[in-house]
Amino acid sequence: MNEWTNTGREPDPLPSSLAGPTAPGLGEPQAEVEETLKRIQSHKGVIGTMVVNAEGIPIRTTLDNSTTVQYAGLLHHLTMKAKSTVRDIDPQNDLTFLRIRSKKHEIMVAPDKEYLLIVIQNPCE
Amino acid sequence: MAPKQKKKSSRGKKSPKPVLAASEDMEPVNMESMGHPEIYPLVLTTKTQEIFSCRIDEDVTDEQPYKLINKEDIFEDLRNRAAVSDFHPVKKIVQEYPGNELLLVYDRDFKYGLNFYLIGTEEGKESYLNPPEVPEEQEEYKEHIPEDVYIYKLPVSKPWVSLGSEKEIEEESVTESTKQITYMISRKRSEFGAPIKFSDQNASSVKDAYIECTAYPDKNFTLKQLEKDVGMQVIPQIKDISTQTKWTYPKNATTQYYPREFSEEEKETLKQSKPLVDFLNNASISVEIALQQNEIMNTFIDDWKYLAEEEGTFGDKTDTHLKEYQSFTDLHSPTEKMITCVSWHPTIYGLIAVSVAVRLSFEDRVHFSGKLLLQPSLILFWSFSDPIHPQLMLESPDDIFCFKFCPSDPNIIAGGCINGQIVMWDITAHADRIENIKAGGGRSKRATLKPMFLLEPESNKEAMYIRHCAVSSIENGHKKVITDIHWLSDTFEINRMGSVFENRSGICCQLVTCSADCTICFWDIRPQKLLTPQTTEKKKEESIEIPFDVPSTFLHLDLSWKPLTKVRLSKGETSLDHCPTKISLNEDHLLCKTQDKMLAQSKTEKAEEMNPYHNLESGMANLLKPIDDFCTKFFVGTEEGEVIYTDWKMEKDPETGRLMSKKPVSHHTVHDGTVHTIQRSPFYNDIILTVGGWNVAIWKEGVMTGPLLQSCCAPKRYTSGHWSLTRPGVFYIGREDGYIDIWDLLEKTHEPAQSQNICITMITYIKPWIFSSKQQFIAIADYYGTLHILEIPWTLSRPSTNEMASVNHYFEREVKHLEYVEQRKKIREQEKKEMELEMAKKKVEIAVPSHRALSSKRGHHVQVPASKKREESMHKVHLGSAFQDLNENRRGKEKEAPKGRNKW
Repeated sequence: MNEWTNTGREPDPLPSSLAGPTAPGLGEPQAEVEETLKRIQSHKGVIGTMVVNAEGIPIRTTLDNSTTVQYAGLLHHLTMKAKSTVRDIDPQNDLTFLRIRSKKHEIMVAPDKEYLLIVIQNPCE
Repeated sequence: MAPKQKKKSSRGKKSPKPVLAASEDMEPVNMESMGHPEIYPLVLTTKTQEIFSCRIDEDVTDEQPYKLINKEDIFEDLRNRAAVSDFHPVKKIVQEYPGNELLLVYDRDFKYGLNFYLIGTEEGKESYLNPPEVPEEQEEYKEHIPEDVYIYKLPVSKPWVSLGSEKEIEEESVTESTKQITYMISRKRSEFGAPIKFSDQNASSVKDAYIECTAYPDKNFTLKQLEKDVGMQVIPQIKDISTQTKWTYPKNATTQYYPREFSEEEKETLKQSKPLVDFLNNASISVEIALQQNEIMNTFIDDWKYLAEEEGTFGDKTDTHLKEYQSFTDLHSPTEKMITCVSWHPTIYGLIAVSVAVRLSFEDRVHFSGKLLLQPSLILFWSFSDPIHPQLMLESPDDIFCFKFCPSDPNIIAGGCINGQIVMWDITAHADRIENIKAGGGRSKRATLKPMFLLEPESNKEAMYIRHCAVSSIENGHKKVITDIHWLSDTFEINRMGSVFENRSGICCQLVTCSADCTICFWDIRPQKLLTPQTTEKKKEESIEIPFDVPSTFLHLDLSWKPLTKVRLSKGETSLDHCPTKISLNEDHLLCKTQDKMLAQSKTEKAEEMNPYHNLESGMANLLKPIDDFCTKFFVGTEEGEVIYTDWKMEKDPETGRLMSKKPVSHHTVHDGTVHTIQRSPFYNDIILTVGGWNVAIWKEGVMTGPLLQSCCAPKRYTSGHWSLTRPGVFYIGREDGYIDIWDLLEKTHEPAQSQNICITMITYIKPWIFSSKQQFIAIADYYGTLHILEIPWTLSRPSTNEMASVNHYFEREVKHLEYVEQRKKIREQEKKEMELEMAKKKVEIAVPSHRALSSKRGHHVQVPASKKREESMHKVHLGSAFQDLNENRRGKEKEAPKGRNKW
């Protein structure tokens, strides 16, 4: 209960993250990345967060190496497939978000041109 | 031919001669017997043959075997030769013959016995001369019977009847369809042989010199083909091709790959890149929205599943009652008995052991003791497969009031006697018997078992009675009835000091008993180090007495068995001790759970393991590993209705140096009668149910300010109780009026959820048993000695999804509530003190207080403590009260309540 109210009371990251790119000092973006990831990680039930590049190579992760590599490789494939499916149906459309609900977890993938953000959550904790 | 003929004729003469001799006018012999009444055989001598010119082979032959003879000729012959005439026998026939000529037939084959015969009628003559065509069959018959006679018949032409053969012939015959062309070519005679002269000539110039024969279709020959038979066969095309392949050696090849990864530097640079930061800023928003959605609510929850369960639990009220399944009564025992203890066999389906005791008060028992000695005290083994005959009967020296199967080996049973002795049985020898009942599969077996019992009662009775294999020493054991017995877990053992050590044997070998003589004893089934000569002597004596069929498993214990250690529950200053009736050790519930897997191995190992026992010296504590953090505290219920939480570890009295049992940790008097049930919940190790007198209490180990739940007084006395084995919030309470109260803590906590009548008398024992996930039974024993087996309905056996957590939450809340009450007590105490101080101050300060004010304040003072006292006792009952304290108390309770209810 407490966790939930905490996260709900944290609206400030958005303005600060918007301010980030306006002043890209040395090391500042890095801190910003960490801060964003930390914020996501602090949500209730979040098991792991990882940033993967367009080729499926992990850049930043909170999980151990082998799990990350597996998740990154497989989810990269799946996301690419999903993306191509959406675009094949309608070329003007594009995939914006992918949520995979499983018995144990929910895997969320936020795709972009160059990177993927993958978050694994246990929703019924 | 002639001699033969003579012979025949002589024979032939013989037969008519007697006829002639008999009478002249006698009817001539005809051939009626052969179907020819018109034929009259007769012999014609050669003389007669000559006269009538019918000599054999001359006038009459095979071709012409007959001769027409004139009637007048015969008459003349008869006149001339008179009686010598061959026609004499047939004179009458000849006279009566209507026609002129008689037909005489030569009987060449002696068809009618003689060489000639005469046809006596005109019709016969006609039919002979012109044989009829129709009776062919008759002819055949005729031919058949006289095989050697063949009569030639001329073929007679018949009118032709068309049967279709003329058409066939017509079809077959070949006729010329076209007219024959006839040419006649003639030439002048003079022109023959004339010289020929050939010369050229123009064909066109001469008329008729050139005749052209042009082809033309001839109508006569235009035939239409109507049908054609064509045969065809397909054959596969075959082609032979061959190639030569090259063979190479196989080679093992391996490849290894590794995931592409960025180096640390690359990662660093990437992390600082602007695109990544931008991406994260964009992506994190949507991700966070998704995360929060999941946090707020589980969208994918299956409402239907939960809905169905609710219905099943609360909807079907008809299925909440216990259903009678079977009941057992011992018909053999002549006296009235009550059931004292019930225990399901730990491994065998449908086998239940029941101990019975004579239903007498102590005085009566003493009075009838002589009589009682004559009949054995028994533990009966009942099986579902046979409701009439007990499968086994364990004999004991006196009535058994409690017994337990050994958790390591179900063939070993320990029981507590009314006289204070512990009795041990070993039924290993009979294990096959009771197992076979199980294998037989219930009802079908019953049919075969029954007659066996009836036919050979002697042999079976012998097998059925099993003698105990050991009893404890009378001098050193309990002095009064043993009220409770437990096996200690196989994980630990204790020594004389009550210290806990790791179990060396790996099987249960220690027992704890409590008795009405105010002691709790620990026993070890292994042989003691010190065996005095006296006891061995005794043992020998006993061994002579006992019959062979008693196993020697516990021979070393018999009559010399002493308790390992004794614990007394002293009340402190007074000389009287607490009188325990039931005990509950910490690990009790674990026994039930671990036993199943243990059983299989230990059973086989038992035989070998028992032998090392005899050599083992059990008192050697230095070999044992002590378990330090073991909880040696246990619950005791007493005769006076107290629940005591105490420690079995002895401590040394600092003054005298003697071993003393520790003082009880806590001690509450909540029950207004003997505590007969003290039992740990099968789900929570620290939750204890106690039943005694008219009420029920639930305790939590470690929370010793009071019971978590204490029911108000029931209208009838409670006599037994047991937790449900599958539902954490359910327990069964038996009452003295034969009712079963079923409590469901999730439904009601102030009264039982339902009551059901089982029998007319007091319920003495309740024992549920899980047969399968679908079927559960509860054994309910009554005071009249009947054991009722009831089936537990689905609603009472199947826990709801979060029942474990919900019930636990309820207990936690009660604990909090207890703490709160405790705190309030202290606060009130302090307030009271302060007020008293104030009062004292005021008394001192105000020199002349008004009488009225003083009295009112005093009144208030008096009221406060009174209300506090009630607060303690009434907070469970929720009685409304105008007192301030109570109101506060209730508010506190309400504050907690909503949170809990939400979760339920």
